[in-house]
Amino acid sequence: MQKLNAKIPEGPLAEKWSRYKAGLRLVSPANKKKLEIIVVGTGLAGASAASALGELGYKVKAFCFQDSPRRAHSVAAQGGINAAKNYKNDNDSIYRLFFDTIKGGDYRAREANVYRAAEVSNLVIDHFSALGVPFARDYGGSLDTRSFGGVQVSRTFYAKGQTGQQCLLGAYSSLNRQVAKGNVKMFPRRDMLDLVITEGRARGIITRNLVSGELERHSAHAVVLATGGYGTVFYLSTLGLGSNASAAWSAHKKGALFANPSFIQIHPTSIPVLNDYQCKLTLMSESLRNDGRVWVPKEKGDKRHPTEIPEDERDYYLERRYPAFGNLVPRDVASRAAKERCDAGYGAGDSGLSVYLDFKDAIEAQGKKAIQDKYGNLFEMYEKITGINPYTQPMRIYPAGHYTMGGLWVDYNLMTTIPGLFAIGESNFSDHGANRLGANSLMQCSGDGYFILPNTISDYLADDIRTGKIPTDQQPFQEAEEAVKEKIQKIMAIGGTRSATSFHKKLGKIMWDHCGMRRDAEGLRKGKEMLNELEEEFWKDLRIPGSDKEINQELEKALKVADFFEVGRLMCEDAIQREESCGAHFREEHQTETGEARRDDKNFAYVAAWEYKGHREKPEVHKEPLHFENVEIKERSYK
Amino acid sequence: MNVTLKIWRQQNAQTKGKFKTYPLRDVSPEMSFLEMLDYLNMQLIEKGEEPVAFEHDCREGICGTCGLYINGRPHGPMRNTTTCELHMREFKHGEVIYIEPWRARAFPVLKDLIVDRSSFERIMHAAGFISTNTGSAPEANSTPVSKIIADKAFDAAVCIGCGACVAACKNSSAMLYAAAKVAQYAMIPQGKVEAKERVDKMVRQMDAEGFGFCSNTYGCEFDCPKGISADFIALMNREFFSSRVCGHKQK
Repeated sequence: MQKLNAKIPEGPLAEKWSRYKAGLRLVSPANKKKLEIIVVGTGLAGASAASALGELGYKVKAFCFQDSPRRAHSVAAQGGINAAKNYKNDNDSIYRLFFDTIKGGDYRAREANVYRAAEVSNLVIDHFSALGVPFARDYGGSLDTRSFGGVQVSRTFYAKGQTGQQCLLGAYSSLNRQVAKGNVKMFPRRDMLDLVITEGRARGIITRNLVSGELERHSAHAVVLATGGYGTVFYLSTLGLGSNASAAWSAHKKGALFANPSFIQIHPTSIPVLNDYQCKLTLMSESLRNDGRVWVPKEKGDKRHPTEIPEDERDYYLERRYPAFGNLVPRDVASRAAKERCDAGYGAGDSGLSVYLDFKDAIEAQGKKAIQDKYGNLFEMYEKITGINPYTQPMRIYPAGHYTMGGLWVDYNLMTTIPGLFAIGESNFSDHGANRLGANSLMQCSGDGYFILPNTISDYLADDIRTGKIPTDQQPFQEAEEAVKEKIQKIMAIGGTRSATSFHKKLGKIMWDHCGMRRDAEGLRKGKEMLNELEEEFWKDLRIPGSDKEINQELEKALKVADFFEVGRLMCEDAIQREESCGAHFREEHQTETGEARRDDKNFAYVAAWEYKGHREKPEVHKEPLHFENVEIKERSYK
Repeated sequence: MNVTLKIWRQQNAQTKGKFKTYPLRDVSPEMSFLEMLDYLNMQLIEKGEEPVAFEHDCREGICGTCGLYINGRPHGPMRNTTTCELHMREFKHGEVIYIEPWRARAFPVLKDLIVDRSSFERIMHAAGFISTNTGSAPEANSTPVSKIIADKAFDAAVCIGCGACVAACKNSSAMLYAAAKVAQYAMIPQGKVEAKERVDKMVRQMDAEGFGFCSNTYGCEFDCPKGISADFIALMNREFFSSRVCGHKQK
């Protein structure tokens, strides 16, 4: 078994990063300009890393599949970004942010990484402010904050309901500055289809130019993946439709271990599926649960209009089950509770797959104006999509696939198990354990990109100052390109009858039913078999019109779907192996008498990092034990 | 409901395009406009025809990727709505719907409804940023910004870079796009330092890309899915003029 070395530095928690950083090797300015770095993905993590590395003087090549870096899905983050500034004097601190994150992650994240993320969070806010990000402010001109789920302090910085957009555009502006200076070269409209390893080190990538269809070889001294999560494995999710697993998956197939793949956050408040043609679930911010009350009819299959159902015939099930936290229980708990009611036949709407989020009482108590001030833009968004006015009748909501806590395994340097291959932001696994707290993803992405990776990657590159430019005519580049070419030819030649999307839809349904909010061993095994069957059909009956030598969106989709079969199987494998319930991972077999998650710290306080052994071969699990020296492990209760 | 679609089909930038007619049956009023196109594409694929190429990603109105010229309006008939947020309930049974790409010299068509907006990128590369290095920022609250100014800067910063303003303008002007960025930074203390150089460089780049002059018709403001005010164009003009008078123009 491969030994996992997380390289966590010695010393007290609060001093680990500063001490470690002081010992990292540097690269002189004269040598930096001779070193190239590939950054794949230009969301908040990728754009911040590419710009910070460009500022240092490295030669950066940045890649994205969109036409512009500004469109990466970080843009859709709504609520905010956390930092331990303690501006509200509510006794917040780096330690408290660290503690909340560890607890929120149900004690399945690495202490040292989480503490460091909390530590650099304050620098991130300073930097964004200097970049002109228009965060909300008080009348005195200082930055405003608000509260978020799972914490008791006000540490979330925000820009209305568009914090992700504003932070991403800030990072995008710093990226543009480096493009102008010639330190970063942008390669938009490129899909990364393979990783190239020479002499045991990540040295390049193979991309497909999405306009010309050409395959391209790009080399560098190190490769950084900032390619986001794989939540679109469910087909219907809150993600952008282009989001995919393929870049990270190609690295996994080349030897990078994949950690905790089954840890996927299901967000409780999304607009439900309204019709068969739907391909996207739009999120309604968590903040709505501050004033909205969640309910379903007490009577099974009650199809009356919600406003006609009298008060005493409504079941406010969150308030009933969790009187202490009520409608504000964490995301994993709220999602499961909604599913439980709908599965039992109490769901609302024609499909029976939704619950009501009702603002009637809040409007009565506070007045329409107050609710409008707080949630006006969300109410408008809801009405635009559903045609229903949430001021006069309750919203219908249902959980949706949202964020992947799992991802490529990285050590303290954010390096994967392949030397020279780094993974940052949502594409790695390190900071959120089994459940992510709201507003922590923007924090981690920008911390990784701006303040952590630039230091650790320099230490790695210190060995490369004599290497010289990496030629792309080496055999590993040829082989990788050949393999990609073959795969594309194979997939184009199937000549079947069905679209890639029709397969993706089925795949998503299998994953949602068998590896979604509630899982059991039998269902997971069945899910794996169903994936196998569907995969076989896919390779027999897929149809891609057009040619691969031009814009071909069907080919792009098909290549992603082809990888999702494998991602899905690994998720099931991981969920089978983890015989406990923790955070977003809920196993039917492991619950308390009252239906709550039962964690098993004695046997499962570890990271499961999977090694790829070949297509349809059983992957091998490597375990990184988690040590908790600075927090006391407790049960999470919201009753 | 049934609709008749007249869609612009064009193989690539080199070939000429034309409208093609697609009758589409059993469209649900609950479908979004793009889901309606997905539905059409599914049928085309099943028939072995090439699907209509169009761009999209977030499908919630924030990434700015989608943008179709629908019945002569960028993003269609609804105000403050992106194409992906538009729903079929806004159309009538039997309606004929014309769907075109953005039309502008600076946005060449790549395929069908996809255009190349890299000219927008180059305007940002020119100076769409505040020159500050990672790690050099002062403590955030040491630079107070009045709430009124911060809110105004936010109103400019909500631009999603979709290009509807250009498509709406008779002159295919990118004034609203550039002005939103110029104004966001010119108003706040962090961005004031290099405001004059910034406006000069961005306006020059805009001209170099082949975008036209402001048509003063406010079409951009009317069709902007984020409701960005054309007042920012006035602010940009003032900034530009003052950069000239103060001798800040590029040598």
